[in-house]
Amino acid sequence: MPEAPASPPPAANAIPAPAATATPSLQAIALNKEYGSVHAVQNLNFSVARGEIVGFLGPNGAGKSTTMRIFAGLLGATSGRAYVAGIPVARYPDEAKRHLGYMPEHNPLPEDMRVHEYLNFRARLKEIPRRKIKSRVEVVLEMCGLQHKTRRKLIGTLSKGYRQRVGIADAILAEPEVILMDEPTIGLDPHQIISIRRLIDSLRGRLTTVLISSHILPEIEMCCDRVMIINQGRLVASGTSKSLRRELITRAEWRVRLNGNVAAFEKLLPEVNAGLRLSACSPADSDGFCEIRLEGPADQASLGENLLTVAMKRGDWLVREFAPIEPGLEEIFLAATKTGSDTLAPFSLNRK
Amino acid sequence: MRHFPLLLAHELRMLAVSVATYSAAVLFLLVMGLFYFLVLYYFDTELRNDPPAAQYFQIFWIPVFFVVPLLTMKSLAEERRHGTLEALLTTPASSLEIVLAKYFAAYFFYLALWALTLLFPLIAVKYLPIARADSPLLDTASLAGGFLFVAFSGLLYIALGIFASSLTRNTLVAGMLSFSMLFVLIISGNLLPHLPLQDTWFAHLIPTIDYLKTFQHLEDFSHGVVDTRPFFLYASNTLLVLGVTTLVVEARATA
Repeated sequence: MPEAPASPPPAANAIPAPAATATPSLQAIALNKEYGSVHAVQNLNFSVARGEIVGFLGPNGAGKSTTMRIFAGLLGATSGRAYVAGIPVARYPDEAKRHLGYMPEHNPLPEDMRVHEYLNFRARLKEIPRRKIKSRVEVVLEMCGLQHKTRRKLIGTLSKGYRQRVGIADAILAEPEVILMDEPTIGLDPHQIISIRRLIDSLRGRLTTVLISSHILPEIEMCCDRVMIINQGRLVASGTSKSLRRELITRAEWRVRLNGNVAAFEKLLPEVNAGLRLSACSPADSDGFCEIRLEGPADQASLGENLLTVAMKRGDWLVREFAPIEPGLEEIFLAATKTGSDTLAPFSLNRK
Repeated sequence: MRHFPLLLAHELRMLAVSVATYSAAVLFLLVMGLFYFLVLYYFDTELRNDPPAAQYFQIFWIPVFFVVPLLTMKSLAEERRHGTLEALLTTPASSLEIVLAKYFAAYFFYLALWALTLLFPLIAVKYLPIARADSPLLDTASLAGGFLFVAFSGLLYIALGIFASSLTRNTLVAGMLSFSMLFVLIISGNLLPHLPLQDTWFAHLIPTIDYLKTFQHLEDFSHGVVDTRPFFLYASNTLLVLGVTTLVVEARATA
């Protein structure tokens, strides 16, 4: 069932006022986009509260960029509604754009403009009051590490990392309520990724809502409050990494480094839990220790402790390491997207 | 339309810092200078009734065929190819403002190029020993009429170039489209009456085609006869083409 809009639809010719803090900054209600027979987005429902930083994940062609372009007013939805700061994008695109900063996927920038010229131009286009333009441009140049020599460089001569910074500087320039970033870290080296992550982190606490699509899952996990996973145009999971782990990961894993008879250790497993099994075993190292992987049901919290207690009591093995393997966002992503389009996880809005 | 002045200033500035602009200007002035020299040469060696300016503007279509596509083919096609048009459309600036800014920037540049050629008769009068201040080189009616014709017809030609650029991401294709449309518009009026269709329904269209003939308009203007009908023809068609271009930009951006 589509979620009810957070605010009543505005009167015929009245542009709605910017959203109050309680109104979701981004809201999709039964959003659909079709390209002929291809359903790029299907019945998408979600909302993002003001100030949240949300990761938007999905395999290639899942509909992430299409959804972002609908919110940015660049693409019309076939049906459904998209709201930015409580403003319906289809009905008041210009007003919605005033509350939005958008960094498109390939970060298109004019090659033959200097960084500060470009930002000044964009600031005026985004209707920042004239007296504030200079100071605002200085602030974003500093935030994005573009001050000093870089500000005077032609954009066409900048490295990929600096171009991404210019794109982000443009997105945050007008202090919009909502910032959409489509793959902001694509093609960057680890140093550049860390600096972009710091930049996104610096937006936290400014009542700025950020929706980031990315393929770099650890990045999303590190800088986002929660994630939304989209597959074949449908929202298949939404929540914090922790809640999604609980929801989607049904098997727990442990890594054990032990010295002793592995076959005997394997025989011990059913005694602890019928579902526990050895999934992998590496050859012994020079000290005689081998690394084994155990798999068991995730819903039994004390399984690991029980196994360790039983193994210690028998005393046939030397155990050097016994550690649960926390499934990362990658596993969650794979679990959520392998379910296919027919299995639609119930929409949930888990906020920290 | 609050963003229009800003976008126009931006477009003009980008034209001013582009090497291609100066290359096109130099090429245009060289070609037009050569034509003007030939006009003067034949004016001197052969008996001609028309003043040199009237003859000079008769070949207006040659620079139009290469300058208009060169000036306009990049405008929207390249912005779309690089994605910068998309970035512009994420701001509160409207498609109409963007199209008008590109159009007027190209149009002003086109007018500036032609305005520079008005220096040719002045240079000729000053430096050619046989020319005098009251010579037909400075026939005001021909010069003003010819320039007015170039300004009026340029409204539509530049609009067609911008329209062609809105249809594709490929600047070369945009240039070829622009050239083709200009060719049909300028030359077809002279060619169609020569087709072997005089005994058919087509014969009824000939008076209308005569009215639309570009060269007929030029003939009037370059002899100092300023007729408002061609002006309305070019202006109304310009509005139509720019309207369609805006719709194309919007449709392609939100398709």
